[in-house]
Amino acid sequence: MKLSRPRSLIATFVVIAIAATLPLASSNDYLLGLSINLVQYTLMATAWALFSGPTRYVSLASVAFYGIGAYAVAVLGDKLPMPVVFAVAVGVGALLALLVGLATLRLSGIYFVIFTFGLAELVRQLVTWYEVNITKTIGRYVFLDITPRQIYWELLVLLAALFAFSWWVKRSRLGLALQVIGEDETVARHVAIDVTRAKLVLFVASSAFITLTGAIMAPRWTYIDPAISFNAVISFQVVIMALLGGAGSLFGPVAGAIPMTLLFEFLSAKFPNYFSVLLGVSFMVIVYFVPDGVAAAVARRLQRHKADAQPAAEASEVRA
Amino acid sequence: MTASALLLDVRGLSRSFGGLRAVDSLDLTVAQGEIVGLLGPNGSGKTTAMNLISGALVPDAGTIVFDGHEIQGLPAFKVARRGVARSFQLVRMPASLTCLENVITGLAFRPRGLWGEPARVRGRELLARVGLADKADTLAGALTYIDQKRLELARALALEPKLLLLDEWLAGLNPTELHDGIALVREIRGTGMTILLVEHVMDAIRALCDRCVVMSAGRKIAEGPTAEALANPLVLEAYLGSDEHV
Repeated sequence: MKLSRPRSLIATFVVIAIAATLPLASSNDYLLGLSINLVQYTLMATAWALFSGPTRYVSLASVAFYGIGAYAVAVLGDKLPMPVVFAVAVGVGALLALLVGLATLRLSGIYFVIFTFGLAELVRQLVTWYEVNITKTIGRYVFLDITPRQIYWELLVLLAALFAFSWWVKRSRLGLALQVIGEDETVARHVAIDVTRAKLVLFVASSAFITLTGAIMAPRWTYIDPAISFNAVISFQVVIMALLGGAGSLFGPVAGAIPMTLLFEFLSAKFPNYFSVLLGVSFMVIVYFVPDGVAAAVARRLQRHKADAQPAAEASEVRA
Repeated sequence: MTASALLLDVRGLSRSFGGLRAVDSLDLTVAQGEIVGLLGPNGSGKTTAMNLISGALVPDAGTIVFDGHEIQGLPAFKVARRGVARSFQLVRMPASLTCLENVITGLAFRPRGLWGEPARVRGRELLARVGLADKADTLAGALTYIDQKRLELARALALEPKLLLLDEWLAGLNPTELHDGIALVREIRGTGMTILLVEHVMDAIRALCDRCVVMSAGRKIAEGPTAEALANPLVLEAYLGSDEHV
């Protein structure tokens, strides 16, 4: 029902198409690598916000799905054609999301946060156990004939698909259902919305996009082990990016992902030994000093009923 | 209006919270086309009964037969799909949606749901019906209290319910608004709607209800045609000491 016009989507496709010409215009490997990171985090933050924005369920499981995608490629990449590998990755990620969703989406938000964080750790430990005890290795090499350019283009195609999907959801009944759920779940139930199903559909879709991002990124790593692929910091980075930009709108996460990725890139290049410390400090600074992104989202979560100027701004943003 | 057929038949309905029996073996019937008032002092279990009927709460015991089917224990969204719509004691309204979008939430998810242009057309009709024709694009959060109540009613009607549960829908209104509110409920009743309402406002009860069921401490203490039920000595006793004068 949202009056989001096709124009915004078409403009997005144009921007993505222009971005796709970058490797043709420049052969700078560093620039390409940076661009891959930018698109990767934009994808993950937008996919995260697809579910967590309207429902206000904070998921810390992003890296579980990302890692599953990466591992699917590491294990199957040299055995099956790439499209099949991607399909398997998405299938596994979606199935896990379905099971987790069925188990947790009836719970209130805080249990979901804890559960998803636990899930990411559980998956990491299971993969570690399997690799150490069954395959007798710790890491895997991903030697595939896929260039960084291809990875970059694949990510951009996925990003275009994600925006198209998000845009469609916002216009659909499902989008309205999620918006009502986010504002008042009791009202949602009494206007005949199947709340659990709506959340489940979006959680599975969001997780599938994140899984596919991990799968596309795998050849970029060349070497992966559970500590790299299931690094919990990635989940936190995705959350902070989406919240910084504003998880409620279609393009909010982009506005968070781009500056944050550049910041992380800068910090890890200039201060490799102090990266974690500076990362933590930057999180705190953002949470403290950027009330428009982070605080507004947190406030909305905490005080749904204090309607002042904020809902007006939020609504016009969504409809834009 | 067909008078005799029972639309709602509640028997032995019970629900406890900890040691408190909020609703204790309640029997309650509502015939097709009837307006029944559910009365009682604060804390007597009226809202809990409404929550049990609408599926917001699961009963510990008892049956709720609605339109020929048992609905006790069904999740609220399924109860709503079967034709039970409700308002809330304290108005609940997604504040960042416009009035029209709020009404569309009632249209979109019901059986034979509406979407797109048909939903907008029907949504505007419903807004006009409750007196909010010019507020379609206003955010629900910006409405006055009475208008939010009107909107809540429009959203409930959007579900095309067979039974409308109004929980203190007329509370907190000034005399003029109350007059308008009673007229609006009457008008809706005129379309054949069956209504179960929890209410404290005696003028409204006398003006609207065919029958009343009076609760105290979770139990039904009186039942009958409105004037009769209100004159019952047990009812007078139950209300004694409260601010309400019967």
